[in-house]
Amino acid sequence: MADPEIKSYAPHHESQSAAVTESRPAKAVLMIVSFAFLGIFLLLPLIVVFNEAFAKGLSAYTEALTNPDTRSAIHLTLLVAAISVPLNVVFGISAAWAIAKFEFKGKAFLTTLIDLPFSVSPVISGLVYVLLFGAQGLLGAWLKAHGIVILFAVPGIVLATIFVTFPFVARELIPLMQEQGNGDEEAALSLGANGWQAFWYVTLPNVKWGLLYGVLLCNARAMGEFGAVSVVSGHIRGLTNTMPLHVEILYNEYNAAAAFAVASLLAGLALVTLVLKTLLEMRYGAEIAATRGH
Amino acid sequence: MEVRVANVRKEFERFPALQDVSLDIKSGELIALLGPSGSGKTTLLRLIAGLERPTKGKIFFGEEDASQKSIQERNVGFVFQHYALFRHMTVADNIGFGLKVRHGPTRPSAQEIRRRASELLDLVQLSGLEKRYPAQLSGGQRQRVALARAMAIEPAVLLLDEPFGALDAQVRRELRRWLRDIHDATGHTTVFVTHDQEEALELADRVVVMSQGRIEQVGTADEIYDTPNSPFVYGFIGESSSLPVKVEDGQVWIADRPIGLSAPQAPQGEATLFFRPHDVELVDECNGCIAGTVVASRRVADTRRVELEIGGERQRVEVELPVDHPAAQKSRIAFRPRRWKLFPAA
Repeated sequence: MADPEIKSYAPHHESQSAAVTESRPAKAVLMIVSFAFLGIFLLLPLIVVFNEAFAKGLSAYTEALTNPDTRSAIHLTLLVAAISVPLNVVFGISAAWAIAKFEFKGKAFLTTLIDLPFSVSPVISGLVYVLLFGAQGLLGAWLKAHGIVILFAVPGIVLATIFVTFPFVARELIPLMQEQGNGDEEAALSLGANGWQAFWYVTLPNVKWGLLYGVLLCNARAMGEFGAVSVVSGHIRGLTNTMPLHVEILYNEYNAAAAFAVASLLAGLALVTLVLKTLLEMRYGAEIAATRGH
Repeated sequence: MEVRVANVRKEFERFPALQDVSLDIKSGELIALLGPSGSGKTTLLRLIAGLERPTKGKIFFGEEDASQKSIQERNVGFVFQHYALFRHMTVADNIGFGLKVRHGPTRPSAQEIRRRASELLDLVQLSGLEKRYPAQLSGGQRQRVALARAMAIEPAVLLLDEPFGALDAQVRRELRRWLRDIHDATGHTTVFVTHDQEEALELADRVVVMSQGRIEQVGTADEIYDTPNSPFVYGFIGESSSLPVKVEDGQVWIADRPIGLSAPQAPQGEATLFFRPHDVELVDECNGCIAGTVVASRRVADTRRVELEIGGERQRVEVELPVDHPAAQKSRIAFRPRRWKLFPAA
């Protein structure tokens, strides 16, 4: 009589490693759960978005996107991302550099601060700006006297977006730079390079994939941010509405087709980000692995 | 280029890594900084390079005070322990880096840089590997590229931090001879850090033995090995055995018996006797000698190492015997060290 228990441990095909002890049904259940979860919570909504967007046909779709208010929202979103992403790249590199390469007092505190936007609700971040720059706010009177408009205008939206997205680049770079240490930079300096050359020729190439990944994530969030921007924007049509805000307004006006048309652009951005990331990893996989230490 | 380290002290957050270290390095010399980990040898090397600034004291390059100069201004070639090759650059680009980052008229043309890189690759016997990336090289090859890169800037001094530390024994031995050849061919003043005494003694013109942030002894391999000037050097370099003894009337005593060694110059009182386990003379009858009971005997390569228990306090020492020596079979062995040294007990 064959012993079924022993049989189930024998490798059935090559990819099954001997160290895997779960039975086949267990593995199947785990995989089905993961795929079902992703299907229901991620894939299905994505399909619905595109389905609704084209529900009234292609002409309605293009019409919704060429509407002046929509175009202004797209414009504003691109502008906000174009300002906040580069600033956060500069900030992220500086912070990662300081934390990974130097010893100083307050380092742990700085690391915690960088994570703050992840732990604070975006609505609160927005409210903080209202309290700071609003008419009744701390700096409100001074700003008004000098004719500077921040709240309910583009500067406020940019500030809120910067706040919400600033951890992305820094958090990608810090572990990478810490792992790589100072050796390469010291080598560059010993060969006569100045600080800028060491950064440009040595540090930056060493972290470029991590940086690019951080930029992708930062950009996706900058374009998609809703909560903080919603509080500071004032929802002025054609002026201070970003794409996510515009989607909400359209939806609240029962203009579902237009709302989903704009939403499909945002969803498309997410897909492009994903594809870019995958392509990068496929094309430069070996190099990415190499920069993570040889 | 001569390098002079004058009374240098280095503290890291109040903890002294180097205390009052002075060292003269002659032009064209090959010097080894040898010591256990934590002895300050790497700190001293990094101070000479300019990667660290001394807390006190000065470092001279030739006649010039270089203490406050940056590493770029000092023009040193530094080979890092793990090579620190730029992984996204080819071998040729790595070697040419120091020339490429120069400014103005001192910067050679791209063509000239390529030519120099090839020349240096020939020198380190890696011709034809220009287009490889560091990840595609073996450990020994990376080491050679790192050295070629450091030499490309025509450094005043060549500094190497544990140059063979990450390599396996066979490659180490090969590279050791090769480094000596390169040094003889190029004549760079060279300082290297190592914790491997065999490497230091075989390779260097002079060895600097360091311990706990101080220089214990500076000398040629012969001087260091034959006339160690401190208990630390005696214990650290080569095999050694030591015994607590007493000096009285110019004689060395263990407990209440003289052991047949006269030390007229030594101060009276407690002392420690050091000798090499292989440098002993076996005697048949103990008439002023050291005698002990055999507690263990091991065969080590061409000799037999015997552990003896001496005297009432059961001090253990090792001596080495020829493999076929009859004494190895005995339970009690008497000997007298041929060459030995006394240090006052601490």
